[in-house]
Amino acid sequence: MSTATATRAPTGGSPLGRIAAVMLRHLYILRTSWPRIIELAYWPVMQMILWGFINQFLMTKSSWVAQAAGILIAAVLLWDVLFRGQLGVSVSFLEEIWSRNLAALFVTPLRPTELVAALLGMSLVRTLIGVVPAALLAIVLYEYSIFTLGLPLVAFFANLMVMGWSMGLVIASLILRFGLGAESLAWMAIFAIAPITGIWYPIATLPAWLQPLAWLLPSTYVFEGMRAVMLESRVDWMMMVSAAALNVVYIAAGLGIFLWMFARARRDGLLLRIGE
Amino acid sequence: MTTAIRVEHLCKNFGAVVAVDDVSFTVAPGTTTALLGANGAGKTTTIAILLGLLVPSSGAVEVLGEDMVRHRYRVLPRINFSSPYVDLPRRLTVREILTLFARLYGLADRRRRIAEVAASLRIDDQLKRPFGHLSAGQKARVSLAKALLNKPEILFLDEPTASLDPDSADWTRTMIAKEQRDTGMTVLLASHNMAEVERLAAQVLILDRGRIVAKGTPAEVIAQRGRANLEEAFIDIARDVAPEARI
Repeated sequence: MSTATATRAPTGGSPLGRIAAVMLRHLYILRTSWPRIIELAYWPVMQMILWGFINQFLMTKSSWVAQAAGILIAAVLLWDVLFRGQLGVSVSFLEEIWSRNLAALFVTPLRPTELVAALLGMSLVRTLIGVVPAALLAIVLYEYSIFTLGLPLVAFFANLMVMGWSMGLVIASLILRFGLGAESLAWMAIFAIAPITGIWYPIATLPAWLQPLAWLLPSTYVFEGMRAVMLESRVDWMMMVSAAALNVVYIAAGLGIFLWMFARARRDGLLLRIGE
Repeated sequence: MTTAIRVEHLCKNFGAVVAVDDVSFTVAPGTTTALLGANGAGKTTTIAILLGLLVPSSGAVEVLGEDMVRHRYRVLPRINFSSPYVDLPRRLTVREILTLFARLYGLADRRRRIAEVAASLRIDDQLKRPFGHLSAGQKARVSLAKALLNKPEILFLDEPTASLDPDSADWTRTMIAKEQRDTGMTVLLASHNMAEVERLAAQVLILDRGRIVAKGTPAEVIAQRGRANLEEAFIDIARDVAPEARI
């Protein structure tokens, strides 16, 4: 062996460096694509505007809504945190699939857990780009600031992001396993829980047999907790602890499923074929 | 280290399909070995296993002395690959792609190294262009630049000159040979281009339906089949023509 090879001993850098590299790859795309940036903010802003008008109308018709100005706006903004959190993971993963880049990535020292961390980081970036403008516009248009929720807002945000991440990882796993045929799940899967997680109405509204199912979702505790703050001026920290406890299970399951599917993809040669 | 790559009784099945069937070979450090075979012979599957992208069904795979099934992360920083069938992000510029992979390999002086490979492969005037806007020849150079960023001890190439015009193909082969001379890099190359293989390879492995059916230097394989050149020997093998039954 030549001396040139004897002196070489690259180590592949650090996990944080590799995670940052993948995030940078996605930020490069966002930076050069203004339609993508606009798209990130467009739907949360339009949703907020729509529900803002609904909120305004119902405040004159419903004593329940009138109790807490902006209750429906807060609900839709928090729902968007959950939706965008999930979508951020799924779409970032889809970017790799669309560009048929997985094989090139995994011949490098990048670990699948590091890819997951990068996807979660990009999800946070995408969610903030999407939801913060909507939240700020709500102040201007409807004189409602979600930031008046105070410290509980941090707990709401964190729990919804983690739940969104776990769902995004499950969807990414299905895409890894079944290819682009599963792509539409990224946009539609989360709406399956929308009717039962109490975004705009208390869980007591649901039929009795459906309520236990609702309480299996961390987001349910967040929305009920939001209503407690806004309607009763009460912070129910046990709700947040319950959401967090459920989220530990959810994120562990999401990560476990993704790593399992990744191992299957290596077994079945999917890293080379996916994207076709 | 006496072998850069050691493969013993490698098998890979996809359900009922046997893609690689009891393949064994070694590759000496600093040499070029070519995998030849018809489409579906098992070349890409073998390379994918050696890169850690695919798990073998059975057999042993060692790269740079490490078991690629259990310890691939010890090896991945020291190897690289290039293939026209594995895309790079089309929306990223050439510089962004090279920066991405330089970071993934943890290169200390990324800017200098990117400038070096860009100059060496004559893509410095393409650095600001999106990868998707490049010609096939330019893409091949960028892919090779990406593959050489970490100064790999082993470079895996899957049909590196496929779809290139003769001038670009010859230039690519020259660059690979030069890099090998300069760095002592080992090369494992899958190719359909017999002239390329005769020029670059010290060892040829011909695969047919997942099995090695001929092994040796290009001259030895040609002599085994009693043919004038590697292309004729390959065609004999692909058509199951015994040496004494040739036309």
